Amino acid sequence: MAGELSVAGADLELIDVRKDFPGFTALDDMDLHIPAGQFFALLGPSGCGKTTTLRIVAGLETPTQGRVLIGGKDITDTKPHERPVNTVFQSYALFPHMTILDNVAFGLRQRKVEDPIAKAQAALDLVELGHIGERRPQQLSGGQQQRVALARALVNRPSLLLLDEPLGALDLKLRRQMQIELKAIQMEVGLTFLHVTHDQEEAMDMADTVAVMNKGRIEQMGAPEALYDRPKTAFVSKFLGQSNLFVGKVVDSNANSVSIEVGGSKITVDKKRAEKHEGTIAIGVRPEKATFHESKPTLGADHVLIGPGEIIDIRFTGVSNQYLIEVPNVGEITVFAQNVGKSPVVELGAKVWISWKVEHSFGLRDLPDGTEDLG
Amino acid sequence: MAFAAFGSSAPTTQGQTKSGRVVLALLLPGLIYLVLFFVIPLVSLVLTSLEAPAASGKIGEYVPGVDFANYSYVVTKYWPQIARSFGFAFLATIIALLISYPLAYFIGVKVRSRPMLQRMMVTLVIAPFFISFLLRTIAWKQMLADHSPIMEWAHQVGLMSPSQSFIGSEAAVVFGLVYNFIPFMTLPLYTSLERLDIRFLEAGSDLYASPAKVFRKITLPLSMPGIISGTLLTFIPIAGDYVNASRDFLGSSNTSMIGTMVDADFLQNRNYPAASAMSVVLMGIILILVTWYVRKSGTEDLL
Repeated sequence: MAGELSVAGADLELIDVRKDFPGFTALDDMDLHIPAGQFFALLGPSGCGKTTTLRIVAGLETPTQGRVLIGGKDITDTKPHERPVNTVFQSYALFPHMTILDNVAFGLRQRKVEDPIAKAQAALDLVELGHIGERRPQQLSGGQQQRVALARALVNRPSLLLLDEPLGALDLKLRRQMQIELKAIQMEVGLTFLHVTHDQEEAMDMADTVAVMNKGRIEQMGAPEALYDRPKTAFVSKFLGQSNLFVGKVVDSNANSVSIEVGGSKITVDKKRAEKHEGTIAIGVRPEKATFHESKPTLGADHVLIGPGEIIDIRFTGVSNQYLIEVPNVGEITVFAQNVGKSPVVELGAKVWISWKVEHSFGLRDLPDGTEDLG
Repeated sequence: MAFAAFGSSAPTTQGQTKSGRVVLALLLPGLIYLVLFFVIPLVSLVLTSLEAPAASGKIGEYVPGVDFANYSYVVTKYWPQIARSFGFAFLATIIALLISYPLAYFIGVKVRSRPMLQRMMVTLVIAPFFISFLLRTIAWKQMLADHSPIMEWAHQVGLMSPSQSFIGSEAAVVFGLVYNFIPFMTLPLYTSLERLDIRFLEAGSDLYASPAKVFRKITLPLSMPGIISGTLLTFIPIAGDYVNASRDFLGSSNTSMIGTMVDADFLQNRNYPAASAMSVVLMGIILILVTWYVRKSGTEDLL
């Protein structure tokens, strides 16, 4: 089955692609290269231009300027039905007047591929729905429809498979299950997948490379681990997981690190983990990297220490406790502590100090919205 | 049961009879209307079609009977009109469909992003109803009369030879039928196409179907309910139409349809049994054709 379906995927290249709609710019001179065989995720909030990007690749939208190349071939002016691309639509868009099997065979029949029904049946078997070929889309559950939509696209062996938030309509449990299946199928068939989503967990879980989009531009691109470990903009640090951000003027700088001063505390970041080394910069840390202490600890220069502050909120989320700590002149800091039985027993209003290792700090290229450059 | 659930203390049977009475009271006006204006006239029509001429031999006097001769009389005498009626109805329905579909597609799909324009165009489709269709048909008779500017022009550019008249021709009758019934085709088509999900069309083109294939494989089948109701709403009344084909409007004695003959037999010849028999024949043929049509389209997986 896999052998029959798998052809090498092709790489996708967007060169200087721009899309203007009346009144706003959906895509702002975007450049993107996705290597063949990759599972690539475009991640961003609604209205960031990710779906427009996908529709331009599918040919359903014409770019205002720029070129689209698949496998090195310019397809910017190619009609959608002539592109070696298939899409799994957010709404699935299964044809209601056809059976499931006819739906899956549709693309094969259009291209006059031999024996479309047998191939469609094989594709349905791949998504474990071989037994419902005679049913109508309306008779299927959301998860089943999603898998049929996937089979309908995959059966054509496109060079590039586009996924437009295909899991958005499913409930959490089914979504998790489909994520695993989707990833397994991608590995099995070896096609290039371009997955558009606003779900950061989904993107990080499935994709080889994630590109975070905001306001029609790619803010940052990389492997999920790298993106999470070292976000380079305030938007990425907040959109991909949570972050504590501190803004201040650089007061200390040596060969390896730079420090800013915020509310009397010194916050340090490794130079190689910071985008900017002078002026006003923002330094962040992930909540789970920070810990807190009930008495002022004695720590070396390899730690950042802030405090004392007051615990103003505690939230139990199952695997961890989330503490919100208000530090005078610094602001609110979130700290996650794993529920492994040894997290500090503290109560609301308790006075605590917060610390983390300098190697966990990251320095941003820009400043969070609403903060001013301190000159 | 559902009604009984509202009053838990009331015995179930009482609740049911009560709700039964309410349902009956609500249905009564409709039932009375149907009996008075449909069942009784229908029975009366069938009985009249079986009447025989009175012994007195006076014109317009008939006695009750079971005389099937009326049927053989009308079928042998009026078969050209019967054939013409269904020929015209078929032709006019096809032409109306060919004109209406692009129009309805344009209003329902193309201008969907501009609701104001869409509403305006729907209003324009309905606008002719604001004036009696008799007046509008008479107006066409004037406009297409022999020395009207339109006909002068048609003669000049050679569309018609100078000796030909348009009014009174079969083409004029079909033209009138199409004109008068086109809104009945356009509106159901519009309703159907207005709901057409563009994403299905996008999915079709994504799956290698050319625009023509997308239309044939997706748009057309999904708008089939509109096509069926539109064709029925035009075909049935056209087959029985007695205005357009009449000499007083766009037709001549060579273009008469069943309706024209029913009209003449009832009002001029006072041959009530023949007119009734003709009506029953018309009804029977339409019933058979429509049943066949709906059956056939129903089995073609139309949603």
